Amino acid sequence: MNVLAAAVFNLNHPAHTVDWEFIHLSVANVVVIVLMLIVFFLAILLPFPGAARRRGGVS
Amino acid sequence: MSTTAPPPAPSTPGARAPSKSWTVKVREAGVDALPPEKLLPDGQPTYVASWIYVFGVASIASLIVIIGSGSILTLKGPAWWHYTGVGHFFNSIHLWSVELFFFVMVVHLWGKYWMAAWRGGRGRVWVTGAITFLVAVPAALTGYVSQQNFDAQWISTQAKDALNSVGVGAFFNVTNFGQMYSYHVLILPIAVVALVGAHVLLVRRNGVVPPFELEKRLPAAKPTGASAAGQGDGSAPSSTGGQA
Amino acid sequence: MSIWKTEEHTRPWKGGYYPYDLVKELFIAVGVIGLLAVLLTIAFSSPDDKSSTIAQWSHELPANFATAASKELAQTSPIAEYGPPYNHSSGSVQHFLLLHPQRWLGVSHPINTADDYVVKPLETVPNDPALQSALAEYKAAPEKQKKEWSEAYLKPLEEYETAVEEKKTPPSTVTVDSNTGTVTVQAKGAGPVPVMMSSLLSLAKSGGLEGGLVTSSQFFQTDYTKPLLFMADGGLLAERAEANHLLGKQWGLMNETGSYPGQPWLWLYAFWYQVEPMKSSPNADIQVLLIMGVLSLAFICIPFLPVINKLPRWIPLYKLIWKEHYRAQQTS
Repeated sequence: MNVLAAAVFNLNHPAHTVDWEFIHLSVANVVVIVLMLIVFFLAILLPFPGAARRRGGVS
Repeated sequence: MSTTAPPPAPSTPGARAPSKSWTVKVREAGVDALPPEKLLPDGQPTYVASWIYVFGVASIASLIVIIGSGSILTLKGPAWWHYTGVGHFFNSIHLWSVELFFFVMVVHLWGKYWMAAWRGGRGRVWVTGAITFLVAVPAALTGYVSQQNFDAQWISTQAKDALNSVGVGAFFNVTNFGQMYSYHVLILPIAVVALVGAHVLLVRRNGVVPPFELEKRLPAAKPTGASAAGQGDGSAPSSTGGQA
Repeated sequence: MSIWKTEEHTRPWKGGYYPYDLVKELFIAVGVIGLLAVLLTIAFSSPDDKSSTIAQWSHELPANFATAASKELAQTSPIAEYGPPYNHSSGSVQHFLLLHPQRWLGVSHPINTADDYVVKPLETVPNDPALQSALAEYKAAPEKQKKEWSEAYLKPLEEYETAVEEKKTPPSTVTVDSNTGTVTVQAKGAGPVPVMMSSLLSLAKSGGLEGGLVTSSQFFQTDYTKPLLFMADGGLLAERAEANHLLGKQWGLMNETGSYPGQPWLWLYAFWYQVEPMKSSPNADIQVLLIMGVLSLAFICIPFLPVINKLPRWIPLYKLIWKEHYRAQQTS
């Protein structure tokens, strides 16, 4: 296995889990889901560039 | 300098002399549905002003990276990535682009839901998008069971029970590597690309859905002529003033 | 009224347009996603836990292997008793009300566990007169006699496995030599079966059984159904899976080996297996798939579903998405 297969962070160890009642999710999956929610809300909150061009828009 | 005027209205089909040629019929139907300026407009309505709008093209971009990295993997065969660093590198790109694909596609879907983007005759856009997601799931499954490692062994021996329970296992055998690899490399990518293609062409045809109106119910509008409707979104004029 | 017309009426846009380069946007998107994929690759690479093999199984868990193989011969293993698409048993046949699709679609991948996993592989072992004599005796016997022999051999092994699972003292009828990895079973009335199973264990440890199960009908093979189902009838795959949080009760179908993200998009599918009545039902799979089928159809039909298609209007996230448009409308 040469350098191209090596990773900066080694994830090849048993996963930690987030456990609540009957719910058991891996930390990695929880991170992905939380990131999706963060990205969604940032996407609808952050201003989109080009407002000046849109104000001068041609009908 | 750019043309930001809405695309011209399509010429009425009846104006051309009818032709028996299938080629002419297909060409004219295509051009009527999607004239070039509608297929590739160089402007968008001013309400397209949010980062949420980039998640559709991000989904397409992820699909391109998936297919690109997947193509490299097919060039050297399914065992290659296990014993070379370059192979493992491209396998990693393929895996992460799949994770990114589902990530951006679901954010795109959330955005489109909260915009009620099916309004104004855009029901088919939603339907094709939803089916794309549902077809992407078995596309990923067939990939996971084609890995030829422990993960593939476990997933296939577990998934077989669910598929057998509904009879699908009789003709879709997840423990049959040859069959699963064929589905993964050919059949399902074609299905996903075809669905994404239909989805995007429908978006171009209908235009990006306008915002909800904020004011209260407007007085009923009298039906207008068809030509006035070609204002950049191609949707037919609504015959009533009913508002979202 | 067209089936595609949805309840919401939306006036065509008669407002302004602004320059928007879709092709450039696509190129930028491919660049950004490509770069993200490369960065994630450099940071984390990807998992590749090596396959388990039948040889490993027979070396690491010889008693478990012998028990599983004996069950295949006695035709009491999970696969032997499974039902369609492998055979005509009914141990794992599921249904829901009047729906019996598993039975309707029939046996499309026939597996006779005694022949496929024991007799036929042993027939390929050369130069072993004791084995050949045992096989001849077994094949010539009536079915009832075969069953009695194999069950007599299996019983002490099952008691041994149960004792090991419950962490009790195993019975002395089964001994596992930790040096040679051989399994000796004291079983009365087992006929030629002890010789057959001992040879099968040796064949497995030599690696000959993997090939024997795959290349059974032609030279080129791409179908690993038989060896995979055989291994799944044993304990090695499940042991590895539990360590990797891949079992059903661990929401395993969402997970990947190691600490990698798995398939978070399967969360709702995994959820239904954790709740009653599906959790303890022998028909859990068909029940969950039917639920997911209905929900998937509903997902496709969201534009046409009352209440669901109105939620975006009632919960106005859209005011954030189109805030610039509404602000411009206010000022104009």
